[in-house]
Amino acid sequence: MSTVVTDMQQGAPPESSRVHYLNANYGIKSWLLTTDHKRIALLYLGSITLMFFVGGAFAVLMRLHLIEPQGALVEPDTYNKLFTLHGVIMVFFFLVPSIPATLGNFLVPMMIGARDLAFPRLNLLSWYIYIVGAIFTLYAAISGGLDTGWTFYTPYSSSFSHTQVVPVALGVFITGFSSILTGLNFVVTIHKMRAPGLTWFRLPLFIWALYATSIIFILGTPVIAITLFLLGLERLLHIGIFDPAIGGDPILFQHLFWFYSHPAVYIMILPGMGVMSELVTCFSRKKIFGYRFVAFSSMAIAVISFLVWGHHMFVSGQSIYAGLIFSVLSFLVAIPSAIKVFNWTATLYKGSVSYQAPMLYAMGFIGLFTMGGLTGLFLASLATDVHLNGTYFIVAHFHYIMVGGAVMAYLGGIHFWWPKITGRLYSDGWARFAALVIFVGFNLTFFPQFMLGYLGMPRRYAVYPAEFQVLNVMSSAGASILGVGYLIPLIYLVWSMRYGPVAGPNPWGAKGLEWETQSPPPTENFDQIPVVTEEAYNYADANSGVSRG
Amino acid sequence: MQMRIRGCPVADAVVHNAHPPGFAHQFEDIEQQHEAGNLGMWVFLVTEIMFFGGLFACYAVYRSLHLQAFELGSRLLEVPSGAANTVVLIASSLTMALAIHAAQTGKRKSVVMFYLVMTMILGAAFLGIKFTFEWHRDFVEHLVPGFGFEVRPEWGAIGQEVPMFFCFYFFMTGLHAMHMIIGIGILTVLTIMTARDRFSEQYYAPLEVTGLYWHFVDIVWIFLFPLLYLIGGHYAMGGGR
Amino acid sequence: MSGHVVPTRVYVGIFLALLCLTGLTTWVAYFDLGPMNTVVALAIAVTKMLLVILYFMHLKYSSGLTRLVILAGFFWLAILVVLTLSDELTRHWSPSPDPWSVLLPLVRGLL
Repeated sequence: MSTVVTDMQQGAPPESSRVHYLNANYGIKSWLLTTDHKRIALLYLGSITLMFFVGGAFAVLMRLHLIEPQGALVEPDTYNKLFTLHGVIMVFFFLVPSIPATLGNFLVPMMIGARDLAFPRLNLLSWYIYIVGAIFTLYAAISGGLDTGWTFYTPYSSSFSHTQVVPVALGVFITGFSSILTGLNFVVTIHKMRAPGLTWFRLPLFIWALYATSIIFILGTPVIAITLFLLGLERLLHIGIFDPAIGGDPILFQHLFWFYSHPAVYIMILPGMGVMSELVTCFSRKKIFGYRFVAFSSMAIAVISFLVWGHHMFVSGQSIYAGLIFSVLSFLVAIPSAIKVFNWTATLYKGSVSYQAPMLYAMGFIGLFTMGGLTGLFLASLATDVHLNGTYFIVAHFHYIMVGGAVMAYLGGIHFWWPKITGRLYSDGWARFAALVIFVGFNLTFFPQFMLGYLGMPRRYAVYPAEFQVLNVMSSAGASILGVGYLIPLIYLVWSMRYGPVAGPNPWGAKGLEWETQSPPPTENFDQIPVVTEEAYNYADANSGVSRG
Repeated sequence: MQMRIRGCPVADAVVHNAHPPGFAHQFEDIEQQHEAGNLGMWVFLVTEIMFFGGLFACYAVYRSLHLQAFELGSRLLEVPSGAANTVVLIASSLTMALAIHAAQTGKRKSVVMFYLVMTMILGAAFLGIKFTFEWHRDFVEHLVPGFGFEVRPEWGAIGQEVPMFFCFYFFMTGLHAMHMIIGIGILTVLTIMTARDRFSEQYYAPLEVTGLYWHFVDIVWIFLFPLLYLIGGHYAMGGGR
Repeated sequence: MSGHVVPTRVYVGIFLALLCLTGLTTWVAYFDLGPMNTVVALAIAVTKMLLVILYFMHLKYSSGLTRLVILAGFFWLAILVVLTLSDELTRHWSPSPDPWSVLLPLVRGLL
């Protein structure tokens, strides 16, 4: 991507004597007080992985419970806490920060040829804020839990629940500021610190995606902050603005909540779409089809995502006229996502496609995200949503996007950039195996849920009619396979950090400034700031991608 | 000569000046740092617009639905206190702007500190007026929701909804006051930094950025004053309680 | 570092203008102008805000990007307010009649 100004690739000294960001300093203080965006990305990687498995544990308990129609494991009150905490942890402590805080923090400065983000100390602060929020939430989880659903609907959450509403709301409130600071950092960095020659339309699409995500962080997160703040006040004071006794409207809470939480789902998927553009181009050795369309579609998604929140409230008592407006806009928001899928597919066409693990995740994403997205159209349509709302159809829909889409993209990205981050290669055989296990486990878990929802099984119920048992058991079986699938990468990736073959600067032969520097990179990222004269993804032809590792 | 090279190809590497005070090394030059810092604060203020904005949106909803209760509640607020506080805050914005101006034009640090301290004093005066003349009196008169609010019979049928107005009054002015307190805290730190010669004509970014924050808090009050104090139609009952 | 220096007299002038507008908005509140009270109060508040933002906060001398950023903030707040009100204010509008209840008498009349 750049006419290389530096000459650092050839004849790199052996890894043991080379100084890079991982061995530049030792000791716990050098990690806990670091301002290096790459180390902060790893701090996040560790915490987010931990929260993923905590949230996953709740899911395992739920699926075990649902093997039997009357519930196999826990009391209904406890079941309510399980699905609530699964949702809270997965949404706020895994999905929202996942790619931005790990891959984003690591790659944004590198992809734009900068030495660090604009505000490195704010970056570290954002991690500590995340940790404090996580601690509040985990404390609440073990000291009574929460049973309101991750959506905290009033008046149950404000007036009736006897669970730890305030601590969890506080935990989420605090962690929201972590998102805000990350988004702020990215926006300023991307505007002000691009390398010479790196115009907006030469940027990697991952950067466009993160820029769009950051816009949502900045504009949406404060609203859920004030909403949870108001909920907490109402709970503590026993009076508040959602209280019907003084003329309050519980549905107003839903408006405020979903004003953030709908764009939040785009926070969760946009970075994954950015990863997709990187993977699809590298593993078909072709430049992206329709660069500007993909770039603008990210921005369009960020904007339109704020106009559709009422589709979560079609059956809440919301005005039918508002429902009409939100329904139309919800159909509109599908268009930019579809454009991306078309463009990735067109990129693959006549490309020189190879099927290493990152590409398997990318292919999985295309199929599963498309299914999730299409089923969203059923839900955007007012009439069908009346039937499907509150059922497992919704659960399947969002898991296809969040797990089949976002988590697959996350794993694809981790596998793609792992050699850059750690300087080590992992076993591609095991990685491909794990990807396939995850794909099979995922579909077995969630496809039956589309059927369950269509047949009428409500979500968030601890019991169900006996005729749904077969599909539920299939789903639970799938969940156990999926769980195993997620554990496998944990093993071989950690193993590779110690025993994996040493990686060169560019084992995939990919285009991008991050591949022009060492693996792992030096603390300052580049010996000299590169100068950019080429467009993005400038893969010359099908045979040019020789590994220079 | 300092080269600005973003967006255009150049053959030579950037020439680094001897680092000016306060320079952070992730940036190419102090100009970039200054622009980044300002943009960062403006972006943060946008998050504050949305944060306060959530409350303003709820206010808009309930005022549309319960206008009479809101007007009644508003009439129970003291317009003179609110107006005085508005004047105090506007003056504090002036002193804040003058503090930055003094730093920009290389005045002695005692001038900068004078204006910073004046800003803090005015901010404290605002809080004093609010907490003693307004909040305390409201508490004594049983107008604080959650703390012994008493619905008065003379309010009639809409009396049950009057606490809603006061919820907004206390939440909005409370959130605003919290921001003021944080602002005063930051100003304290800045005053100490000024005393320690950390700022100069070349480097005064923290002052500028704090100024933006302080003015924003002023703007929030510029809207709170009419929306809370002046909607009651003081014409109808001649104001006061 | 080069920031735009605004002369002190501009600051004082803006300050005096803000004081006048505060006095004006307080004074107008004591007259009954019906719904115009709200309009006038908000118009004055917006004017005051513009004075603070353009001169005290230097937006008049800032880049297009900064202006776009702050405009975006206000626009997004407007989205929140308008779309929420689109629900809250239209809930009790009469629903459109069920088509059959209109058509059935017509059809019966034709038969």
